[in-house]
Amino acid sequence: MALKGTKEEELAISCFLLAGRLLVQAGAETYRAEDTMMRMAQSQNYMEAQSFVTPTGIIFSAGNEKPTRIAQIPSRTTDLEKIANVNSISRSLTAHDITVIEAYEKLQIVEKTNFFFPVWVQILASAIASACFLILFQGVWTDMPAAFVAGGVGFIVFIAIHSLTRVKFFGEFTGALFVGIIAFLAVEWGFGTQLDKIIIGSVMPLVPGLPIANAVRDLMAGHFVSGVAKGVEAFLTASAIGAGVALVLAF
Amino acid sequence: MEYIIQIILSFIATAAFGIIFNAPKKSLFHCGLVGAIGWGIYLGFTNQGVDIVPASFAGSFVIAIVAHLYAKRFKMPMIIFSVAGIIPLVPGGMAYNTMRHIVEKDYTQGIEFAVKTSLVTGAIVMGLVFAEVFMQLIFNVIRRSKLTKKTS
Repeated sequence: MALKGTKEEELAISCFLLAGRLLVQAGAETYRAEDTMMRMAQSQNYMEAQSFVTPTGIIFSAGNEKPTRIAQIPSRTTDLEKIANVNSISRSLTAHDITVIEAYEKLQIVEKTNFFFPVWVQILASAIASACFLILFQGVWTDMPAAFVAGGVGFIVFIAIHSLTRVKFFGEFTGALFVGIIAFLAVEWGFGTQLDKIIIGSVMPLVPGLPIANAVRDLMAGHFVSGVAKGVEAFLTASAIGAGVALVLAF
Repeated sequence: MEYIIQIILSFIATAAFGIIFNAPKKSLFHCGLVGAIGWGIYLGFTNQGVDIVPASFAGSFVIAIVAHLYAKRFKMPMIIFSVAGIIPLVPGGMAYNTMRHIVEKDYTQGIEFAVKTSLVTGAIVMGLVFAEVFMQLIFNVIRRSKLTKKTS
């Protein structure tokens, strides 16, 4: 016998699931997604609600005799603004400032909106970050233009390959490869002096900062499945970058 | 002078990372500030001759504390402020050296750098965790003292 809830129950469960899915897709920690869903559910008097969140899917049950649903999560990005938005919606729902229906509508708007900065701003940011990191890692000032170009082009290649192939690790590999090639050419043609420092600085925008930080927090919160999964993601990304750079160095 | 330039650059670099991670626009300045504070601490320790492992620990500990305070103040999740901040501490140079020595078939040196890289990564991680536990303890104490005030 399949359990079918009332219309309000179905809507509320859709709302909680959407909130959890948006959080995981935007790169929030697993325990935050679970915590948010539970708080939202409890504020709407689903006291027996349970949720099980992994990086690739969510199972949410509103309680005994109430429906259970699954949400699949095919891809994850890093989108801190989306996390902040979902967080504030869930806060106002648990404070009973808005109803479930309003919260669901707001979440759907958040899902559709693209909060990302324009691509050229992101590329410029990664180029500037690369140039700054060159100096932070004790590079020389005259190498800054080379790091600026290498960091920017590396990021462009990463975005392009990622959107073309949908394989994140391949994008990181090619991005790091181009960083290495540009840094090598810059030193060869006399635009730079220290090959090592230019490569290290320019590769930084590809570094998996969020998975590292999240993996630890999840492990500490007792979410071993998610913690290990995210740790492996960070490790694979680091290996992809390393392989890209190593290919250049091998020549 | 060198010190001030480094801190300014780490501020810019961390804010730029905030853009790459798509942090909310109004929090970009604070993201940069968190990164600059962390890098300043790290640099201060290494300049005093402290090894980079404890220096990284101190840096990430302070980053997580400041990020927690900002999170309470702006009512936003803590990772928004901490993620970009820890990026300058990530041992990119050592990971690179590991790779280079392995490519050059100098495995002994490669392993040495690999162990150091994982030690520094572990130190950053421990800093984040310690700060979290520390903040929870402090907030518990504050909450309890408020409760006792109300009841008395």
